[in-house]
Amino acid sequence: MKLELTGITKRFGSLVANDHIDLTVEPGEIRALLGENGAGKTTLMNVLYGLVQPDEGEIRVDGKVVTIRSPKDAIAAKIGMVHQHFMLVPVFTVAENVTLGMERTKALGLLDRRRARRDVLALSERYGLDVNPDAYVEDLPVGVQQRVEIIKTLMREASVLVLDEPTSVLTPGETEDLFRIMRELRAGGRSIVFISHKLKEVQAIADTITVIRRGKVVGERPPTATDAELAALMVGRAVQLRVSKTPAHPGDVMFDVRGLTVPGEHGKPAVDDVSFEVRAGEILGVAGVQGNGQTELCEALMGLRPTAAGSVLVGGRDVSNMAPRERLRAGIGYIPEDRQEDGLVGDFSVADNLVLDVYDRKPFASGIALNLDAIQDNAVSRVAEFDVRTSSVATPTSTLSGGNQQKVIVAREVGRHLKVLLASQPTRGLDVGSIEFVHRRIVEQRDQGVAVVIVSSELDEIYALADRIAVMYEGKITGFRPPTVSADELGMLMAGAGGDGAAPDAADPLDPAAAGGLDPAAPDGPDPAGAERPDSAAADGQP
Amino acid sequence: MSAEQPGPAAGGPSARRTATLNHTIVSAIVEGSPTVVTFLAILAAVVLGGLLIAFSDPTVLHAWSTFFADPGNAFALAWDAASGAYVAMFEGAIVNPHTVAAAFHGGSVGAIFYPLSQTASNATPLILTGLSVAIAFRAGLFNIGAAGQWVGGAIVATYLGFAVNLPPVVHLIVCLLGGFAGGAVIGWLVGELKARTGAHEVIVTIMLNYIMYNLLSFLLSTPTALQEPGQSNLISPNLAANARLPHAGGPPPQVDLGFLVGIAAAVGLWWLLSRSTVGFQFRAVGANPSAARSAGMDVERSWVLVMLLAGGLAGLGGAAVILGPLQQLTFNSYGTYGFDGITVALLGRASPLGVVLAALLFGALHAGGTNMEAATQVPSDIVEVLQGLIVLFVAAPPLIRAMFRLRRARAAGLEAVPKGWNP
Repeated sequence: MKLELTGITKRFGSLVANDHIDLTVEPGEIRALLGENGAGKTTLMNVLYGLVQPDEGEIRVDGKVVTIRSPKDAIAAKIGMVHQHFMLVPVFTVAENVTLGMERTKALGLLDRRRARRDVLALSERYGLDVNPDAYVEDLPVGVQQRVEIIKTLMREASVLVLDEPTSVLTPGETEDLFRIMRELRAGGRSIVFISHKLKEVQAIADTITVIRRGKVVGERPPTATDAELAALMVGRAVQLRVSKTPAHPGDVMFDVRGLTVPGEHGKPAVDDVSFEVRAGEILGVAGVQGNGQTELCEALMGLRPTAAGSVLVGGRDVSNMAPRERLRAGIGYIPEDRQEDGLVGDFSVADNLVLDVYDRKPFASGIALNLDAIQDNAVSRVAEFDVRTSSVATPTSTLSGGNQQKVIVAREVGRHLKVLLASQPTRGLDVGSIEFVHRRIVEQRDQGVAVVIVSSELDEIYALADRIAVMYEGKITGFRPPTVSADELGMLMAGAGGDGAAPDAADPLDPAAAGGLDPAAPDGPDPAGAERPDSAAADGQP
Repeated sequence: MSAEQPGPAAGGPSARRTATLNHTIVSAIVEGSPTVVTFLAILAAVVLGGLLIAFSDPTVLHAWSTFFADPGNAFALAWDAASGAYVAMFEGAIVNPHTVAAAFHGGSVGAIFYPLSQTASNATPLILTGLSVAIAFRAGLFNIGAAGQWVGGAIVATYLGFAVNLPPVVHLIVCLLGGFAGGAVIGWLVGELKARTGAHEVIVTIMLNYIMYNLLSFLLSTPTALQEPGQSNLISPNLAANARLPHAGGPPPQVDLGFLVGIAAAVGLWWLLSRSTVGFQFRAVGANPSAARSAGMDVERSWVLVMLLAGGLAGLGGAAVILGPLQQLTFNSYGTYGFDGITVALLGRASPLGVVLAALLFGALHAGGTNMEAATQVPSDIVEVLQGLIVLFVAAPPLIRAMFRLRRARAAGLEAVPKGWNP
């Protein structure tokens, strides 16, 4: 089925979300829609799916003009959509979820469960989806839930599938699985519109890449286009994908974590005897698949989570028994993983959020009286310095884009005189321009002599920033490596194989020469375990 | 090492979930209804209340039963009944034109202000209990216990009022501070229980209300405690003259100094919430406890402190009523001040100014209701109905929007995109 969108225009008040967008998707094509957050990708797809009515333009299916006023029309036109947030009933089985809304019945109105099961199984086998129709959705990992959504669209006989940022919730391995399924679907003659802001992914999977910026189509490129070219199109200027940084000049040990153990659920420690040291002027990148204790590690380091054993020293001072406030005062800067939940008070203004952890100190307060002028002045200068795009400093942060929210947090944290900066997933969900900005600020902190810890599940980010890499797996650090380590080896460590065993210090992470230079423990050759590892790390890693 | 974190609520997933739920409800209350909606809600309640007054009147009902014989009469009578009641209410709450006319012919000038004075007098305890609920709201807590805290304040203020002898001004100040302290202890207990054990403040405050009612009953039936010697009723001795709040003009229920205490508390609370580090912390904890904790704020300590202040304000409300209009404590003294405080805070959208305005509105309704009952046959219970209707409409902004065909304030579309397969 050939899908054509011509001259689609959608305005929200004065904002033109889509400005005369033309898009043609050929049968059996994977078309990537690449653009920054807020570029208008999702609006366009909502138009296509009937969730939003366009002000101008028309949609054609196989040359015939169709009017799509609701998702029902879209489904009738054989268009299916997998949303970023899944629309599944957790306590229903896969088969029940898939048939929801199009239940087939036998005599007396009884549900034809057997047929639903059979249909799910058939689709699952045909496209290698590997979904058990009897499993309850709430028990399934996110990646499988996404496949259930895909089955839903297939059951409704969709010829064009729209996947809205499908990889944002997936681990690298799950992403690779998804790509495999997408190729199978393409082979089956279906077309896919793949929405993303991640360059590596669209290069890996798309047949054609359409780049959208500020509501307009700014170009179409083949997947062979370079990173730099795509990024420049997307952002509208040349972007540095890898921040330039000079070799580190590590000083004294500034951040010393010894034997930290954090109790987890079911009696298994979430963080198990983790030790590392970070020197002043050095970035330690903690790599690992999400959910291997990184969140608990960061919260424990900040005093937000009770620990069972271990100690934390900042500049030689033991902060292990300190409350979060005292740790912040001791010079730790914290960029939390979930910026909206833990980093910002959404209802508060930009100005208030910029002093969220220093509001009771001079010059922002004298006694218990707030100094509103100082808070305002601070906000005005920080917003300018960190290029926070906001209509005013009195705007609630919840209305800012993700990138600008993160800039507020970074501006707040590096505004204090830090000894240690702890940043967890600092660029998750951000667009290329904002990633560049945040990375530059983090390297800047390192160069000013701050000991930096970056926790990230994006290998790209680890490679871009880290002077030394630690890998976490099931609550333990399975190894320290220099940044020259191959993506294959990192992937192996992230999957729990080939670690250094119980002695994480064996690689002598404290020797700057070894850390910056060659590490004999880093084999580049083929490895039997590497073959089983999902090779997404290769796609994400160094070119 | 730090296994002994202050309170198991720290970081617990369930604590986080309730905090988020609280936040959702609180923000719906604080930000949900713009001022226009509040005014329209009051208007809608007045119209509906008018219909109720008209159709509960036997004369009007009779006229409607003969509607086809004389339709004009039915409408006229209905209008007369409703407008008569509202005029009487206005005359009892704001100003009575007769007293103004009388003043020109040598009557008392003070009588002109009598209705307003009564309104302010009625509003005083509502301002204080309203502020009590409002400040807790702002920190993300539901203080359903203003009633019990009111009783705590009233008990202490009453005891200090008759049992000790102090010089004029000092005695009054001691009684007011005692009232604050009496309520603060009850509020503090709630905060401490929540901080240490995670006990939900709604349950604890409701239960404490019953405990305080029964404590009051016990103390008032114990001659060695609060009961007036030689009495078999549940009643305390009269207060010492020095412990009474000075009145403006005539005797109670004319307004007394308690009204100024209420206004001062509102101003103080406004400053605390919007201009102080303590208020900044309360608001942050109320709006997003996780972010507040990550920013180094002690969420549990904020709960304790805010409940202590909330209790104190409600206790001050108790003191103001006893030291002002009542001058002695009985078992029925607590009335509905505590629960009206919730309504007032809701209507005032948890802001100090809003609370004062809402309390004045309710004070006026009560003052007017008394006059209405005297002047017409309409029972003053209609006031309760009006209050209920106002709250109902305020709590349901979509209803008001639909009734008055208002557009949503925010630009449509951008955020509220529905998602789903079969909408």
